Amino acid sequence: MRNAVGREIPDELLTGGREVFQGNAYRDGYTYTKVGPTVRASVMSKETKVVADIRAAIEACGMKDGMTISFHHHFRDGDYIVNQVMQVIRELGLRDITVAASSLGSANDVLAQCIEEGIVTGIQTSGIRGRIGEAVSTGKLKTPAILRTHGGRVRAIECGEVHIDVAFIGASSSDEFGNASGKNGKANCGCLSYSDIDARYADKVVVITDTLVPFPNKPASISCIDVDYVVVVDEIGNPKKIASAAARITDNPRDLKIAEKCAEIMRATPYFKDGFSFQTGVGGPSIATTLFLKKYMEEDGIKMGWIVGGISTPMVELLKEGLIGQLADTQDFDMGAIESLNVTPGHYEVTTSEYANPMNKSAYVDKLDFVVLAALEVDVDFNVNVITGSDGILRGAPGGHPDTANGAKCTIIVAPLVRGRIPTVCDKVVTISTPGESIDILVTEYGVAVNPKRADLIAALDEAGVEHVTIQQLRDKAYSMVGVPDPVQFKDRVVAIMEARDGTILDVVREIKPYSYDG
Amino acid sequence: MKVNEAAVAGTLESSDVMVTVEPGEGIQLSIDSSVINQYGRAIRATVLETLDRLEVTDAKVTVVDHGALDCTIKARVECAVFRAEGVSEKNIPWGGAVR
Repeated sequence: MRNAVGREIPDELLTGGREVFQGNAYRDGYTYTKVGPTVRASVMSKETKVVADIRAAIEACGMKDGMTISFHHHFRDGDYIVNQVMQVIRELGLRDITVAASSLGSANDVLAQCIEEGIVTGIQTSGIRGRIGEAVSTGKLKTPAILRTHGGRVRAIECGEVHIDVAFIGASSSDEFGNASGKNGKANCGCLSYSDIDARYADKVVVITDTLVPFPNKPASISCIDVDYVVVVDEIGNPKKIASAAARITDNPRDLKIAEKCAEIMRATPYFKDGFSFQTGVGGPSIATTLFLKKYMEEDGIKMGWIVGGISTPMVELLKEGLIGQLADTQDFDMGAIESLNVTPGHYEVTTSEYANPMNKSAYVDKLDFVVLAALEVDVDFNVNVITGSDGILRGAPGGHPDTANGAKCTIIVAPLVRGRIPTVCDKVVTISTPGESIDILVTEYGVAVNPKRADLIAALDEAGVEHVTIQQLRDKAYSMVGVPDPVQFKDRVVAIMEARDGTILDVVREIKPYSYDG
Repeated sequence: MKVNEAAVAGTLESSDVMVTVEPGEGIQLSIDSSVINQYGRAIRATVLETLDRLEVTDAKVTVVDHGALDCTIKARVECAVFRAEGVSEKNIPWGGAVR
C-alpha cells in the first residue's frame, strides 16, 4: 500500500494493527492504555542487590531463548556494556535474542557477529551503523530491523509494541540498591535519559557500573525502585570515546557559511524574540549556528529561553553568561556538558519521554520554536534521509530528528549541496526518515529553499531581504555539478522498517543488491 | 590505436580518480568507485567516451575512483593515455581530441 509520502509498503508488513504513514496528524487524539512491567516485589529488606557478575545477573533474571533485551547509547563509541553482556549471552548458548537499544554505534560491532551466528535475530534501534548496518543491509538478520525515533521508541514501549524482558543499564556510578547516575564515576556520560523508559517498563532491570558508591547515590537518573540487580565490572567504557574534552567548533568555511546564513534566517522569522526555544546537534554547522545566534541576540537585546536535546560546552557557556535561560538535557556531547549537568543552575536532565514521545499529553519538542538539523539527503518534496548512505546501506540514525522536526515551529535543515560527488538535494531520497511536511527551510552553501506550504516564512524572509530559491533549483544546481544519480539497486526483501514517530510505517529498507551496470 | 606502455594519472584522494592504462586486447575496463551505486554507469560512459575520442582501441584500463566529477575523470583518462604514448606537452592536441 502506498503511504502519505508516496512509498510503497508491502502488505505483508501490515499485520497486527500496523498501518502505513498517513501524515503527522493522523494519530492526534489517539487513545490507548499503557502496558506495564511484571515486577517481583522485594518486601523483606535486603542488604544489597549486587551480584557476582553479569552472568549471575542474567541467570537471576531467568533469561531464556527468544527474549528481548535493551541497552542505552549514552556511552557512544566508548561503550563496553553491549560487548560484555553479549559475550555472556553467547557463553550461555542463548539464541533468538532481540536487542531493543536506544541506538547502536561502531562500539557495538560485536552484534554483527551475533546476528551472523543467530544469537541475535531481532534489532530495534534508532541508530544503526558500521558492521551492524552492513549485516542488516545484506540480509543477515532473520527479521526486519525496526528503526524508530527517540520519541517513537518510548511510545512503542509504553504501548506494548515492544516488551523488554531484561534491560541492561550501564551507569557511571550506582549504589548497591541501583540508584544509578551518569556522573560520579570513572567513565562519565552525564544524563541517562534514554534508559528511563527501560528502567520503568522492563520486567527485569540490571544496572552495570564500575563505580559503586555509598547509598543513596543522589541525584540519580535511575531510581532503585526499578532495579533488580547491580553488577560491578572493571570498566563500563572508554572515557575518551564517551565524550571529547570539548566539542570542536567547525573551521570549515562551507559549514561556517551555512551556519551564518541559518542564524540570519532565524533572525528574520517572527519566532526570534525574547524567550525563544532552540535545539541543535553537535556536528558540522550546528554549534557554529548557536554562536552566530549569540551575536544577533546581543544586537537585538534578546535572550534564549531554553535549549532541549544534546548539550555541548558552548551552550553551557551561554547559559552561564545568562544568554540562555535553561538547558533541558537529554545527552551530553562533551566533558564541559557532563560536568555542568545538575551543577550549573538551570542545567537539568529530562527523560526521552518528556523530550519527544508523540503519544504523551505533551512533550518538550512541542514547545520548540526552532530546530536546526542535518541531513544526508533532502528531496524535492523536502523528505529527509538520515538513515541510509548513498550506497543504500544502513549507516545513520533518525534519533530525535523526526520528533523535533514535527514539534518545532520552524525546522531548518543545514547541509552542503553536494558531498564529493553525492548530491544532498535530489529527486527522491533513498529512504525517508523524516517526512517533508515537517521540514520548513533548507539552507545550503549555494542557496536557501523554503517549503512552499510555509507562505508565512516565505513572506518573513522576503521582508528581511533574505534571498531564496525553489528546492528544484537547488537540485538542478547539484545535478549540474555532479550529474544525475542512478537509483540505488535493491532486492525485494525488506530488511528494515522505518517507523514514523507515531508507529506507522514511513518507509522500508530493502536488501542491497551487488552493483550491476545493467541493473 | 593500441596502448603499448603502462601509465598512471591521478591520485587516491577524495574527489579524484586514479586511472591506469596498460597494453591489452580490445578495451578491458575495470571500475572501483566509492559512488558506484549511483554513478557506476556514468563513470563507465565517461571513460569509454574519452577513450573513443582519443581513438584508443586496445588497452587495459583500471579506474579507482573516490567520487571524482566528470571533468576530472576525463582529464585523468586523457593524461594516462598521453603518458602511455609518451606524448610531450607540445604535442597534446589542445582544442582537438582534448577539449
